[in-house]
Parts: sequence; structure tokens; C-alpha cells
Amino acid sequence: MSAHADTHAHDDHGHHHKETFVTKYIFSMDHKMIAKQYLVTGTIMGVIGVMMSLLFRMQIAWPEQPNVLFEALLGKWAPDGVMDADIYLALVTIHGTIMVFFVLTAGLSGTFSNLLIPLQIGARDMASGFLNMVSYWLFFVSSIIMVISLFVEAGPAAAGWTIYPPLSALPMAQGGSGAGMTLWLVSMAIFIASSLLGSLNYVVTVLNLRTKGMSMTRLPLTIWAFFVTAIIGIISFPVLLSAALLLIMDRSFGTSFFLSDIFIQGEVLHYQGGSPVLFEHLFWFLGHPEVYIVILPAMGLVSEIMATNSRKPIFGYRAMIASILAIAFLSTIVWGHHMFVSGMNPFLGSVFTFTTLLIAIPSAVKAFNWITTIWKGNLQMNPAMLFSIGFVSTFITGGLTGIILGDSALDINVHDTYFVVAHFHLVMGISALYGMFAGIYHWYPKMYGRMLNKNLGYIHFWITAVCAYGVFFPMHFIGMAGLPRRYYTNSNFPLFDDVSNVNVIITIFALIGGVVQIVYLYNFFSSMYYGKKATQNPWRATTLEWTTPVEHIHGNWPGEIPHVYRWSYDYSKPGHDVDFVPQNVPLKDGEEELQH
Amino acid sequence: MDLTQGTAKQKNERAKKMMLWFGIISLIMSFMGWTSAFIVSSSRPDWLKDFQLPNAFIISTALIIISSLTFILAKKALKQNNRALTTILLLATLILGVAFVFFQFKAFQQIINLGYNFTGPTSNVTMSYIYLIAVMHILHVAAGLISVIVVIYNHFKQKYTQENMLGFELSATFWHFVDILWVYLLLFLYFVG
Repeated sequence: MSAHADTHAHDDHGHHHKETFVTKYIFSMDHKMIAKQYLVTGTIMGVIGVMMSLLFRMQIAWPEQPNVLFEALLGKWAPDGVMDADIYLALVTIHGTIMVFFVLTAGLSGTFSNLLIPLQIGARDMASGFLNMVSYWLFFVSSIIMVISLFVEAGPAAAGWTIYPPLSALPMAQGGSGAGMTLWLVSMAIFIASSLLGSLNYVVTVLNLRTKGMSMTRLPLTIWAFFVTAIIGIISFPVLLSAALLLIMDRSFGTSFFLSDIFIQGEVLHYQGGSPVLFEHLFWFLGHPEVYIVILPAMGLVSEIMATNSRKPIFGYRAMIASILAIAFLSTIVWGHHMFVSGMNPFLGSVFTFTTLLIAIPSAVKAFNWITTIWKGNLQMNPAMLFSIGFVSTFITGGLTGIILGDSALDINVHDTYFVVAHFHLVMGISALYGMFAGIYHWYPKMYGRMLNKNLGYIHFWITAVCAYGVFFPMHFIGMAGLPRRYYTNSNFPLFDDVSNVNVIITIFALIGGVVQIVYLYNFFSSMYYGKKATQNPWRATTLEWTTPVEHIHGNWPGEIPHVYRWSYDYSKPGHDVDFVPQNVPLKDGEEELQH
Repeated sequence: MDLTQGTAKQKNERAKKMMLWFGIISLIMSFMGWTSAFIVSSSRPDWLKDFQLPNAFIISTALIIISSLTFILAKKALKQNNRALTTILLLATLILGVAFVFFQFKAFQQIINLGYNFTGPTSNVTMSYIYLIAVMHILHVAAGLISVIVVIYNHFKQKYTQENMLGFELSATFWHFVDILWVYLLLFLYFVG
């Protein structure tokens, strides 16, 4: 097959139709535009999610004290400026849901998988541009429904992002269990459909649409990470859908899958024999892989950025791939560690402890490989690199407490305390967010053709980094002291009077960290129009996306798709004049491909 | 097999077929979720242990297996360019599929006539599971039937040739999947239920 036929076949259905405003910016089937749509929608959801966390942090620091912000933003939920307990629980719930699913799953994976998969593997577009468009619009609709649920009269869902029954299964259980919970379920069902359509596209595109020479072992690690993430999504999200359907049956059709004998408001309900623990099993079979759906794309982005900005090949390329695969496999057999206090058989608990601790091995392989990649490198300390290093830092800090929490004997003591909150925020929340920021700073020139302001980037990184540790590090201590998570107020427990000052410090850090994101948002939106024009390959990187023109064109490459002759990490290769050799440069006479 | 080779059209066809297979994996996972919940719940005290599946299920199973065979024969006929036979066999597949759905509902009726309820305060959890699993399967059959209708329409429009029958093949794969899925579910309900 000649390359000519390749471009020709594309020309037949690619270039001839006219683009209108609607087909270019709204119902676009171009992967680059869809990536930007994901990013902007995810950013808006992120602003909502972060603002919620600031509101409930203020309640924790200054419990039951009037606050003008509450009065202004929460309306009837803050009579006389004092936050209502129901809305506190709702804010915690929706914060978790939005950050985990809408920002760090769709916003992160949706943006970068869409942007980078076709560009880095050398494809004109995704396998199905149409399904890709449908995927984004389902995500958009689910975001809208989730936001609408905030304005339900009885309050949004308030059962925690894990929506355990009976709170989620009985519409009369609490304010948020009614229409708020219904809208939550509808929104998430649509979200799952969106996520599945996206994942199917990513997987088959990576497998089938690679350009000539792009073998699986020449792929950038970003692509490996997106690929495996999509596979985990295909395997785990449907099980959440199964659980949600059983839940809807219990809610609306009077079945007893998860509900057993319950009195509520003096009334005996007809439910009998069901078990909420069954829901927990089904939920966490998704829930645990979900945290890897969040973190793996960030890992991929960081690997790529670190190699580029160290001007060194990634250390242990194959070990990186193997550890991604190992993490993906292990992620599906560890869900029980979320349920150590659910009355689980101690022997079963020890099995889950074993599989959980095994994850430390591939994770450590990755951490060491990142450190050895930057070791003695020619480090380019741009904002993307700083966020990548920040990622490794928070991933290690949060990962170490994972070893404590993965051990059932230790976990039982700190279960549902702030220790857990500190752990997962550092290891998947902040880390994945850093990975996302790193990716945005690095690929912004590819997305918008302009550079982000570097100095604003430095301000953004350093203040965010200090604040993130300022928020989550002290949480370890108050968690060890026994402070439970999700409590509306601790002022009624003299036991916790000693830690109330710590909560004030945490909230102050959270407020500063939250406000400084405005610097980033300003940088992001103003650079679209006023940023410095980007050159074609601003970071002097080897991967294929930097061989495309700065101005986006439908089909990515104007002529034929470049062929690939080497792996994606030929940085500082001896025998070359420049310190990077792009993948589409043929091997010189006598040059050997690096054995990685 | 080196998947980087081939024309853009070949690559894209391969990708679409593979997409269906990965979609099938995700559908299998959701049914795995329900069947494993079924197994976990079967240790409940209110579980019905000696329940006989209604015989309408047996009839419907036979129908859907035959419909798979007619679809295979239709594909064979299309490859031999026997257009009239293809039409007959595709219509037979469609009718058998609709009949399958009819007998599924008949089975539900038989269960209700035995005095069990699927939903509501008087429901029994075993029956709720059987109902839920069967209804979810019917939804997939409905999706398959829609795809068969599309295939029949395209066949009337003479869209398929020996080289270009991607839509036909995708529909056939999905139809065989819902067939095999039901056979699995029936065996599961028979032996585990």
C-alpha cells in the first residue's frame, strides 16, 4: 500500500465538506476540537467543585459561625449566614462526584486522550469521529444535569460520592435522597455512557490507526497510559451501571436488593433481606479501578514531560509499560480494601491486604524510574516540568500512607478519619491535578497555537504546591487523632477541641490555594488571544504531534502521515548534532535503535 | 499481526469491528455484575431454592438459536450473491427475534401466574433478579433487532457487496452475541438459581 493511497482515501471524505461555525466549534467531530471542549467543560466543573470545597472547609474551621459568603452563595441553605448541616453533606458529596468523575476522569482523560492519541500515533482522527462527538455531548448533558441537581428544592444528593444505600435507596431518608439523588443517578448513567463511548474509541484507535513503523514498543508512554486507562474503563464502568440499576429498582420499584428491614420516621418499610454490603462490593469494583483511571493518564503525561524536559530518554521504558499493565491488573482485585470495617471475614481481608500491598511494587518502579530519568539530566525547569516533579512528590507522599491504609489491621484504626482524606487527596486528587496542569502547560501550544505565560505559571505552581501540602499534610495528624471525616461540626466533641486550630490552618491554606487558581484561569483564557505565538516544536520534543502545523487542520498533517523509524525518547543520543531526534527521522547509516 | 499496515479504509474497518468487540466486553461485564450479585444474594434466607423456570423460556431459547442460524445463512447467501434468499433469511431472523421477545414476556406472565411478583412490596428477590436480567437482555435484543431492520433496509437499497458488508457483519456479530448471552443466562439461571 502506498502512502499516496492513504492520503487520497482520506481526501475523499475529509477535505471537501465546508465547515460552518456549528460544525467547527459545537458539533465538531475533530478530535482536537473535542479535546478542547472537554478541557473547557472540565475546567468549569473544576471551578464549581473547588468552590464547594472552600465553602465546607470554612464551615469546618469556623463551625456554625455566620459567614457572608454562605449567605450570598447558599441562600436558604444558610439561614442568617450559618451553613445548614444538610447542605454541608451535599457539598461534600457533589465535590467528590465532580472532582473524581467530571474533572479528573472526563476533564483529564477526555482532554488528553482526544488530543494526543491521533497526533502521537500518526492518525488523521479517531476511529469514529461521530461517536467521539456523541461521547463529548453526553458528558456535557450529564454535567448540566449534575449542576441542575444543585438547585433541587430538597437539596442535591447528600449520601457521599459513594452513594451507599439506604441513604441513596430510600427517597425519604434525607433531603438529598429524593429528586437530588434521582438527578445524580441520571447524570451518572449518562456520564458512564459517555465514558464508555470515549474509551472504545481510544482503544481501537491506538490498536488500529498507528502509522507505519509505530509499533507498540515505540509508542510514547502517554499513549500506553491512555490505552490501558480506557481498557480499565471498559471493564469497570459497566459494573457501576449494574449496581446503579439495582439501586434504581430498589428506589423506584420496591425491590429489596440492597435494603433490609428498616424503620424510618416511625414507619416500618416492607423491604427485607437485602444487603447494602452487596452494593459496596459492586460499587468498589468500579470505585477502585476508577482511581487508576484518574491517575494513569497523569502518569503518562508526567513520564513524557519529564523525559522531554530532562533531555534524557525515559528510564526503564519497558518497565514503565509493565508497571502500567501490572497496576491495571491489580486494580481490579483490590476493591475489598475499602470495606475492611463492613464486617468482612478477616481472612478475606488479609487477601485484599496482600493484593493491595502488591500495588506498591509497580508504583515504586514508576517512582524510581521518574527519579532516575531526571537524575543528572539537563533540566528545563518550566511550569510543566515543575508540576511533573510536584506530581512525583505528592504521589510518593500519598502512596506511602496507602501502604498503611491497605493493611487491614492498621486501616481499621484510621478508617473514615481525616487520615484517609489526606491519603487519597494527595495520591490521586492533587497528583492527578498536577498531572493535568503539567499536561496543559506542555500541550497548550499544541491546542491553541500560543504559549502560556511562564511567570504566571511559576506563581501558580509554587503557591499551589505550598498550599496543597499545607492543606493535606496536617490532615494526617488530625486523622491519627481520630477526627472523623464528613462530620458537619466537631464542636460538640471536647475530644477534638485540641485539633480545631489545625482545621483553621488547613482552611486558610485551602482558601489561598483556591484563590491562586484564578492566576491560572487568567493565564489560560488570556493566552488564547494574547499569548506569545508558539513555534512548531517549542519544547524540542521527539513525538509526532510536534510535526503537525501550528494552525490546526482537519486531518492533522497536510501531506502524507509521517512514518516512524525510532522510539519516542531519543533525547541526547550520541552521534547526533541536536539533543533530540524526532520519531520520523530515519536511522542514519550504522545507527542502531536504542535497546530500551 | 502488524496492525500498522493497510489502507486507511482497511484500518478503519478493522477499528470498527474491534470497537464492537470491546463494546461486547463491556456489556459482558455489566451482566457479570448482575450474575455475581445473583450468586451473592442466593445465600439469603428468602431466596427461592426450588424454583422451576417457566417453559416459555425454553421455547424462546430455541427461537433465538434458530435466528442466529438464519443470520449465518443470510450472510452465506449474500456472499453467493443470492439476493432473494438473503432477504428471506434476514426477514426470518427479524421475525424469530420478535417472537423471542414475545415468549420472554410470556414467561414473565407464567411466573406471575404462579403467584410471584417481580417488583413492589410483595416481590421476591429471586424473581426480581430473573426479571431484571431478562429485561436487560431484552433491551439488548431490541437494539439487535433495530440493527437487523437497518441491515434489511440497506439490503433492499442494494448497499452490500461481497467487498463492502461491514454493517452487515457488525449486525451479525452483535446478534450472535445476544444469542449466546441468553443461552449463558438461561444455563446460569438453571444451574445456579
